[in-house]
Amino acid sequence: MATQHSRSAARVMMAPAVILLLGWMLIPLTMTLYFSFKKYLPLRGGDLGWVGFDNYVRFVSSSAFWPSIQTTLIIVGGVLAITVSLGVLLAILLNQPMWGQGIVRILVIAPFFVMPTVSALVWKNMFMDPNYGLLAHLWKFFGATPVEWLSQASLPSIVMIVSWQWLPFATLILLTAIQSLDSEQLEAAEMDGAPPIKRFGFIVLPHLGRAITVVILIQTIFLLAIFAEIFVTTGGAFGTKTLSYLIFQRVLESQNIGLGSAGGVYAIILANIVAIFLMRIVGKNLDA
Amino acid sequence: MARAVTQQRKIINTAAAWGIGLLIFFPILWTILTSFKTEAQAIADPPIFLGFDWTLENYSVVMERSNYARFLWNSIIIAGGSTVLGIIIAVPAAWSMAFVPSKRTKDILMWMLSTKMLPAVGVLYPIYLLFIQLGLLDTKLGLVIVLMLINLPIIVWMLYTYFKEIPGEILEAARMDGATLKDEVLYVLTPMAIPGIASTLLLNVILAWNEAFWTLNLTAAKAAPLTAFIASYSSPEGLFYAKLSAASTMAIAPILILGWFSQKQLVSGLTFGAVK
Amino acid sequence: MGQIQLNQVTKSFGDVQVIPPLDLTIEDGEFTVFVGPSGCGKSTLLRLIAGLEDVSSGMISIDGADQTMTPPAKRGLAMVFQSYALYPHMSVRKNIAFPLRMAKMDQAEIDRRVEGAASVLNLADYLDRRPGQLSGGQRQRVAIGRAIVREPAAFLFDEPLSNLDAALRVGMRLEISELHKRLTTTMIYVTHDQVEAMTMADKIVVLHAGVIEQVGSPLELYRNPRNTFVAGFIGSPKMNLLEGPEAQKFNAKTIGIRPEHIGISADAGDWEGVVGVSEHLGSDTFFHVKCDAFEHPLTVRASGELTMSYGAKVFLTPDQAHLHRFDDQGLRLG
Repeated sequence: MATQHSRSAARVMMAPAVILLLGWMLIPLTMTLYFSFKKYLPLRGGDLGWVGFDNYVRFVSSSAFWPSIQTTLIIVGGVLAITVSLGVLLAILLNQPMWGQGIVRILVIAPFFVMPTVSALVWKNMFMDPNYGLLAHLWKFFGATPVEWLSQASLPSIVMIVSWQWLPFATLILLTAIQSLDSEQLEAAEMDGAPPIKRFGFIVLPHLGRAITVVILIQTIFLLAIFAEIFVTTGGAFGTKTLSYLIFQRVLESQNIGLGSAGGVYAIILANIVAIFLMRIVGKNLDA
Repeated sequence: MARAVTQQRKIINTAAAWGIGLLIFFPILWTILTSFKTEAQAIADPPIFLGFDWTLENYSVVMERSNYARFLWNSIIIAGGSTVLGIIIAVPAAWSMAFVPSKRTKDILMWMLSTKMLPAVGVLYPIYLLFIQLGLLDTKLGLVIVLMLINLPIIVWMLYTYFKEIPGEILEAARMDGATLKDEVLYVLTPMAIPGIASTLLLNVILAWNEAFWTLNLTAAKAAPLTAFIASYSSPEGLFYAKLSAASTMAIAPILILGWFSQKQLVSGLTFGAVK
Repeated sequence: MGQIQLNQVTKSFGDVQVIPPLDLTIEDGEFTVFVGPSGCGKSTLLRLIAGLEDVSSGMISIDGADQTMTPPAKRGLAMVFQSYALYPHMSVRKNIAFPLRMAKMDQAEIDRRVEGAASVLNLADYLDRRPGQLSGGQRQRVAIGRAIVREPAAFLFDEPLSNLDAALRVGMRLEISELHKRLTTTMIYVTHDQVEAMTMADKIVVLHAGVIEQVGSPLELYRNPRNTFVAGFIGSPKMNLLEGPEAQKFNAKTIGIRPEHIGISADAGDWEGVVGVSEHLGSDTFFHVKCDAFEHPLTVRASGELTMSYGAKVFLTPDQAHLHRFDDQGLRLG
């Protein structure tokens, strides 16, 4: 529904964004691919020549590789499961009539504004510290031995911190979706004799389907890239090394650019698998 | 039509919601409270909730130790600059997608979004090299560009969903009324989309403000924003909870206040226009 | 001036040709109505004239000059949209002034024209309001005001009344007709409502599947429909289109007879039938009569005084002078 004139205008107006993103994607990607076939140690001799697929083989055969994939999936999956399920419950609660709804919403949304470095530091020191942390006090109060959260239960701890950061996001999107549910539908179901559980299962949950896909899509994008939370809390120790973090260590800590780049290519492949999978669902769900 | 709810149910709802709300907010509240304690009170056993000697000492220590104003200024420039630049580039693109859609529009949009999934670590070193070559390392401009690029897909997507709600007939009316493309975007589309643009702006300022990979890895002393300021507190040195809390409060306060004031626009922005 | 000529114009969306080659001339000062069922291509045709869509082939000229490739802003036409398409962030005054501002007219002249339009359209009291604060009818007037201040070569209306309620629609219909008489500017008006077409048009263009079925004055179309489609589309209630042996008696595939051209009697007549539902409008009564001779019931118009009970036996007699005959292709005979 447009003229030749407006179509060519559209192409011109789209160009800057497309060209910038294309450059942003292709230039570093090409460089990463280039380095991944080299033995390249900037601090120990620099460019030591082509090595074929050596880096790729070494990266996968390193004992840290599979655990890092596992860790990545546990963190992403765990956070998604917690935020979506708690988010649905919280959204339903916040949708009920109450006093001070606006203030409660402000309280719930707050963690989203906290930068990851701050939340990681605060959780690590003031809550999860085995000597002075608030959780340690709580455990002692009940006569239990304080847990050394970030070493004994490192992965669940990180999942918890990240879930705290993302729960507001999930809740708010789901709340907005619930508010758009036509109450006549629920009343009709009630007239048809559906008990509350069934009304939730057959009407509320399907209505939230689209919102849940949005939550999953957006959060996955950000969760795959989690960095500060691990950097600040465990530094990748105690089984919290995600694929991203492993590559980060190869590149920055051991300054092995070739190996790190090969890892980067793996990470890009993993991200693309997830992306294709998500885009399929979302593309279908977002047709509006 | 909302039905009348019994008073009792409303009381239960209120109690439950406030309880959970406060629980979620508690870590922030605790941080703010601790920032006004002395270091000894901060680790007192049992913990002191309100009955402590309120002090501003931690804030002055933090101010002395690091140049808070410069970090803050860097954060403002980087978050604000990258977002504004992103919006300027995204508005025309979103206009094209929303009002002159083609068969490929959706694919382009999805492709843009997929660039967001490129793992940053995968390209850290190349970007690092490029930055050295271009003299962008540890500059605000460099971070403005990078954060603009990583948020551009989200900005385009959000603006696209907002623009799509504007009836095309209004833009056609402007065209019939003799408006050029520039007039159409400037005098008709943009003013009509102000709420959507505001939401986009706010959300992306927050995302850029809190971004902690590129800001930590591409800056040193000069251009470091608040994420780096706070990261310098990651290694404990003696009694430091109160000071850590003061620094944390100072890092999150600006965005927390901004976020609370603009809650309404934000909620609509947060849903990325995908949920109504 | 505002003579618009379409020469072998076609339009395709992808592989689908929505408008096969089409010729049409709209004379200066004429009130032309494009009418047809939804999806017949009438709005597309209007948008082609406006320049909001490109023609796939052919030529559009305005006042003799080829404007086929001219962007909408430069064609000197004004359009009133179905949704009114007012700028919600501007006051009524700014809305009406917008085309003048785009033309870089000086402020004094803009003010003069806006005030002029406002007084013609009874909008003087609302100039500082936003569109959101106006009723449907007032919004419609603002949209018209925005069109008339430009003093265009022609006005294009795209189903402008379809969002108004029935009572307002009748009023606005009169206002637009009145405006046309006063301005004597060419107007092209798209509607799916044949009543609007009949009451407003100098010339009606009946469209069906992108093809012009007939062009003519309202009464020409009413009296001499060129084919069964026009016959069935123009007039309310619809013309009775009848097939079968009775039609063959008149040497036609189909015969058409309007409800007012059928006599109804309890005693004698050509076709025997049974009364179904009767609709009493006060001034007239419409009977739906099921005749054995025909597959579908006939609609018959009778005086408002006449009553007949459901299921009563009646006889119908067509007025032969007003009987329309159509051939196998649905084209008019004789």
